[in-house]
Amino acid sequence: MEIVEHYLYTKEHEWISIEDGVGVIGISEYAQSTLGDITFVELPNVDVEVEQFEQLTALESVKAASDIFSPMSGRVVEINDKVSEDPGLINRSCYDKGWIAKIEISNMDEASNLMTASEYESYLESLDRGGDTESEE
Amino acid sequence: MTTPLHRTPLYAVHVALGGKMVPFAGWEMAVQYPDGILKEHEANRKGCSIFDCSHMGEFLIEGDAVLSGLDGIVTQAIIDQPVGTCRYGMALNDRGGVIDDLIVYRLAQEKWMVVVNASNIEKDAAHFRKHLTSKSKFMDISFQTAKLDVQGPLSRDVLKAFIPGVDALEYYTFATFNVLGQDVIVSRTGYTGELGYEIYYPWAKAEKVWHAVMADKRVRPTGLGVRDVLRVEVSYPLYGHELSEDISPAEAGLKRFVDVSKDFVGRDAFLRREKEGGRKIIHFTSENRRAPRQGHILFAPDGYVIGDVVSGTFSPALGVGIGIGFLKKEFTSVGKDIIFGDEKIKVNAQAATRPFYKAGSLKN
Repeated sequence: MEIVEHYLYTKEHEWISIEDGVGVIGISEYAQSTLGDITFVELPNVDVEVEQFEQLTALESVKAASDIFSPMSGRVVEINDKVSEDPGLINRSCYDKGWIAKIEISNMDEASNLMTASEYESYLESLDRGGDTESEE
Repeated sequence: MTTPLHRTPLYAVHVALGGKMVPFAGWEMAVQYPDGILKEHEANRKGCSIFDCSHMGEFLIEGDAVLSGLDGIVTQAIIDQPVGTCRYGMALNDRGGVIDDLIVYRLAQEKWMVVVNASNIEKDAAHFRKHLTSKSKFMDISFQTAKLDVQGPLSRDVLKAFIPGVDALEYYTFATFNVLGQDVIVSRTGYTGELGYEIYYPWAKAEKVWHAVMADKRVRPTGLGVRDVLRVEVSYPLYGHELSEDISPAEAGLKRFVDVSKDFVGRDAFLRREKEGGRKIIHFTSENRRAPRQGHILFAPDGYVIGDVVSGTFSPALGVGIGIGFLKKEFTSVGKDIIFGDEKIKVNAQAATRPFYKAGSLKN
């Protein structure tokens, strides 16, 4: 399972990549492969304020709907229109071209509530060991 | 702890193919393979796909159509059913609700196979045993019968290469063929809206026949995930969604499979409920790619609750969300514009005619 080294991760399998106070947000390889083919992406509105771990937006795969939570608090400054036109972009490139939104981070201290790549890797292993969260029918 | 899940004789084959195994109706089944549901959809609609449906139930019944009691259990006419044909219908309870939907195969003048849903095998067997007479023989062969669905516009071409004569089968007919030294029943039936076949044969030969079909490189394995998408696209009912003990066939839009000129369990209740009027099934398309889901509510444009959603999916064929629901009795004549959703989302939708997907190769 691919994990990008310098990103930070949530327990709900979102990632954030921080540069100059702006965070790019997307979902992890684990999330996209669990969801399967993504068929719908609801993008947040630009300028909306989001709180850490509160709902940022929602995705749908053929079989399920899934909420996306913001890894950190901030104001949405840019959204990726390409993924609403071509939701499969998230399946094909979840860490890069399939990003969902960018936020201007309001509280950098919140980063300490997130997992580093190696912590996230251990977390995924713990899920595989029995914390199974399958939800499909 | 719940009862352990059953495994079909092809369980190891699915795991080897990378199938994602999930619980379904008491069975551990492949919901999808690594290619994903969209690729599997394309394989079915444009090529040839294979489903393991060995979880489904099969009963063998011997006896005269009427004297055995079979005619009094199922809603469809079977007295005049020719040997070698299949007929779709239902078994009803005393309240006119649906115990199960099923297909009756007439194997011989006095020999029948009834194919039922996996989730209902026990309940159905009890119902059949109760209503069949002493002039019948009943056998539940569900746990010894494998079933493969080979479906898609290329399915005929794939099967005729090793089942000579299979290409002569007409829609909703079947015949017995010798395949790899084994007698199998092949019917031209299916659940996808495409040209397709269902193969019934002994559990012990499950892998042999599977591999014979899969030897043709055009065939892709497909799971229960896409099976549900495909059946919603062609508006086929699924027990537990469009059909249940509380839903009458008339509400589900399946009146044409009920022959009220004969007597059967639930007939009077069916007629009474039809006269009283009930809920009405509605098919609708989303204004975008967002899919309706079972449990969503249906609203009128003014926000009034008018019904609920029982099935829904993103339709790869149409490129939008599609859904099936029931309108409450008081709202069966709503206009074309409706809304589906829940406390969080509301999506505009339009009533549609069934089936959603009209270009299937079913009768090619």
